[in-house]
Amino acid sequence: MTQAPGMDEHAVDEQRLLASFESTIGRHDRIEPRDWMPDAYRRTVIRQVAQHAHSEIIGMQPEGQWIGRAPTLRRKAILLAKVQDEAGHGLYLYSACETLGVSRTELTEMLIEGKQKYSSIFNYPALSYADVGTIGWLVDGAAICNQVPLCRTSYGPYGRSMIRICKEESFHQRQGFELLAMMMRGTDEQRAMVQESVDRFWWPALMMFGPPDDDSPNTAQSMAWGIKRNTNDDLRQRMVDMTVPQADALGVTLPDPDLKWNEERQSYDFGAPDWDEFKAVISGNGPCNTQRIAHRRRAHEDGAWVREAAMAFAASSSVERVETPEETR
Amino acid sequence: MTDVSGEWPLYEVFVRGKRGLNHVHVGSLHAADDEMAIRHARDVYTRRNEGVSIWVVRSSDVTASSPDEKDPLFAPSGDKVYRHPTFYEIPDNVPHM
Ligand SMILES: [Fe+2]
Ligand SMILES: [Fe+2]
Repeated sequence: MTQAPGMDEHAVDEQRLLASFESTIGRHDRIEPRDWMPDAYRRTVIRQVAQHAHSEIIGMQPEGQWIGRAPTLRRKAILLAKVQDEAGHGLYLYSACETLGVSRTELTEMLIEGKQKYSSIFNYPALSYADVGTIGWLVDGAAICNQVPLCRTSYGPYGRSMIRICKEESFHQRQGFELLAMMMRGTDEQRAMVQESVDRFWWPALMMFGPPDDDSPNTAQSMAWGIKRNTNDDLRQRMVDMTVPQADALGVTLPDPDLKWNEERQSYDFGAPDWDEFKAVISGNGPCNTQRIAHRRRAHEDGAWVREAAMAFAASSSVERVETPEETR
Repeated sequence: MTDVSGEWPLYEVFVRGKRGLNHVHVGSLHAADDEMAIRHARDVYTRRNEGVSIWVVRSSDVTASSPDEKDPLFAPSGDKVYRHPTFYEIPDNVPHM
């Protein structure tokens, strides 16, 4: 068989592009939107950034429902600002994702149709105001652990979004810790509320880093491409090591009988999260999966007339502008 | 362009961090028109006094050079090393230069 004359050239071209892509990655330089990139790299970044964006957006729900029931005006203002930040994080990440050629409409649809995932943690309910504190301390704490290394991820727009996000996250974690510390100085009942909340959130927070390394088939490729900078287990260990002294300062216990300092490793040993529960939650069977998606879908559908009206208004006022002579405007 | 079923157009956002600095690209957002883009940019990109001035421009109005770094557009400056101060050798005993 003879090959079509164009084929060889095309293959050589692709090889040259791939070599240049790989040398950029090798130099720890960033890939930018208009650069050539392998399809699999594009798909992987889209999947990860979309999942991250969806998590920020869905993540507003458990805490958002407490805004109207905040115990003081100070707490209400703080919670409102925090939840608004999470909306902002979602928007930075959606716009980073869109630079890869996927539209906002498609992303929203993939979320509400369950075709793309979001962090398992947001499928757990926030049952008391202490949970607002625990979410800030542990959930935002885990998010920070995960996000700080992502500031150096290989896809430029993703890394730049992470830098903005990390600057804002530290307020989230600190307000949560402060809230819990205040409750711990309160009554026995308040202290019990904090402990009960920490007991519920500890394991789900550790699950946020994803499955253990030996059960995480995509990690190696993502690290080779510089999309991820650390393995799930590395980050989980880092989280545990950071959190134990904070828990001591707070005066709460972490619900893990295996948790103890390992002098040799200069790190804490800890037990394994219930990975069956994790799998159930990410595959749709957590306590709140259905309600989270239903809420997001409702908000999207209820907002349709606003989006359409704004477009109609923009179209009519741009017609007017064309028809009105410059001097009279 | 990518007119996905009536989606609001995409805008690029530039923020001047403080007086004396250039506007810098900070990201993008969707808005129905220019005015809304400014308002959204304030909410999304300057919640903590990150700026004193915002520019927005429709992404479709941006003209860009070709993506490759080795683009011939930048080639003419590549071989003009004499445009950089390090090209010139000045004796060590000549101060302030
Ligand atoms: Fe966030
Ligand atoms: Fe946060």
